[in-house]
Amino acid sequence: MTTAAGIRRQVQRDSDRLAFDVRRVREDFPILKQRVNGRPLVFLDSAASAQKPRAVIRAVQQCYEREYANIHRGVYFLSERATELFEGARVKVQRFLGAREAREIIFVRGATEAINLVAQTYGRKFLNRADEVVLSTLEHHSNIVPWQMLRDEKGLTLRIIPIDDSGALRMEEYEKLLGTRTKLVAVTHCSNALGIVTPVKEIIRLAHEKGIPVLVDGCQAVPHMPVDVRDLDCDFYVFSGHKLYGPSGIGALYGKAALLEAMPPYQGGGDMISTVTFEKTEYNVIPHKFEAGTPNIAGAIGLGAAIDYVSGLGFDEIVDHEQELLEYATEALAETNSLRLFGTVEDKVCILSFIIEGVHPHDIGTILDHEGIAIRAGHHCAQPLMDRFGVTATARASFGLYNTREDVDALVAGVRKAVEFFG
Amino acid sequence: MTFDLRELYQEVILDHAKQPRNFGHPPACNRQAKGHNPLCGDRLTVYLTIEDGVVTDAAFEGAGCAISMASASLMTEMVKNKTEAEAHSLFELFHALVAGDQGENAENAGDGADLGKLAVFSGVREYPVRVKCATLPWHAFAAALKGKQDDVTTEE
Ligand SMILES: Cc1ncc(COP(=O)(O)O)c(C=O)c1O
Repeated sequence: MTTAAGIRRQVQRDSDRLAFDVRRVREDFPILKQRVNGRPLVFLDSAASAQKPRAVIRAVQQCYEREYANIHRGVYFLSERATELFEGARVKVQRFLGAREAREIIFVRGATEAINLVAQTYGRKFLNRADEVVLSTLEHHSNIVPWQMLRDEKGLTLRIIPIDDSGALRMEEYEKLLGTRTKLVAVTHCSNALGIVTPVKEIIRLAHEKGIPVLVDGCQAVPHMPVDVRDLDCDFYVFSGHKLYGPSGIGALYGKAALLEAMPPYQGGGDMISTVTFEKTEYNVIPHKFEAGTPNIAGAIGLGAAIDYVSGLGFDEIVDHEQELLEYATEALAETNSLRLFGTVEDKVCILSFIIEGVHPHDIGTILDHEGIAIRAGHHCAQPLMDRFGVTATARASFGLYNTREDVDALVAGVRKAVEFFG
Repeated sequence: MTFDLRELYQEVILDHAKQPRNFGHPPACNRQAKGHNPLCGDRLTVYLTIEDGVVTDAAFEGAGCAISMASASLMTEMVKNKTEAEAHSLFELFHALVAGDQGENAENAGDGADLGKLAVFSGVREYPVRVKCATLPWHAFAAALKGKQDDVTTEE
């Protein structure tokens, strides 16, 4: 691809070719040294969940070995230390997303919980019968089902932004969907099934012109590009830590303070209150209002370590490295006979979704597994998107900052083997 | 190709996957059921003609992986001219084969039934995630026998 962006990347790449040393990066990920079926592991399923660098593993271990106690309650040293680290992790997330204040970051289990939280609090309070929520065809089930549940409870209507054959959102249709009944737009920043990056800034601008708030699902964006919620001006932004090289079971919801303050609590319990009598409870201030019960303390600390790790490498380097892999892999796969690639737009992260005529994705997955290559085969929790393309499943290879050109070569060789085997 | 892949994808399986037998919707069928594997989205429909408790014809339509297509194809061949009870025991025997279970099913299965060609699926038990691909057509078959109207899934 000789686009301007491609050339710019090439020039940039040549000038600091040595800066990002993927061999050294791989050394940080103990799991990658493993052999599977007698071959070196080629891990190409980071979009489902990414592997963890030693820095994250150590932070979690250190927390349990030396810094662990419940937070926000003890008057003793360990509790204060754990609280400091937990709240420190919140500040790391705040800075990572460019949020104005740390209290705008709510710790949750992951993106799924974050979206459910918004649907069940903001949605329940502010959305009413006949109101409309706009989603896109690209959404993960976790940004569809919570809105369907709310629709069924409230009598809302869901309106869906269509895509064209390349997978790109049809922005002219999006504009037409925004009307007086539209009360919320919830879209992905980046499609987990296709890797397509959506024009969220423009989506948000158009919605805000009509006073409509926007939730952005950033799961697949935060590992691959710098995100600035103030620059985007989104109202809510959600992501999961485990896709960002952090632990599972921890993620974050960013919300503008004024919105979070106006929202009722999500779950009731300890930590989310300021005073309780049997007659009446005063709720705590944000973010604590939304964090009932003992949270995933070590998980939050691990997420902080993951953010430090990624920031230490720097997104300039990560984007260059992954975009080079994307170009290399796209070209290599395109040369494979009877292979059809989905999501053929310029602005993508390194996710390749494809089918091969005559070979089912599941069978591709099994053949590749034999070569030690882990990919995902299925609907990727995006069945409406699969329906749009008239397929039930695709094979998906998704890359992380630790993947190499050799991984691409192994993938392509494996795919060709599958074609031969079933041909 | 490595030896163990051939254990899973035996020649008979590849052959039936590429050219499924009894593929289509026979107009005379009097029972049918849909099967759905929510994990991969595969769907198929099994059509049976039952006369006096005997499966006189079996066919299927659908799209899926090599394992599920071959399983459906071989199943339709194997259940033909069996009584409903015989066909059901065959399912139990087949399930025990691919799921590798040693328990009740395996012991009670197969009164008078013989796996025959279905033995080519023995490699599936080494691939836990693929067991459902092999059993999907059989779940649909069992549902059709019962005259069930709702779709069945492999998660039941
Ligand atoms: C785009 C997108 N949104 C939401 C989710 C849900 O994330 P989680 O399962 O971590 O809550 C995922 C991950 O599967 C995703 O890729």
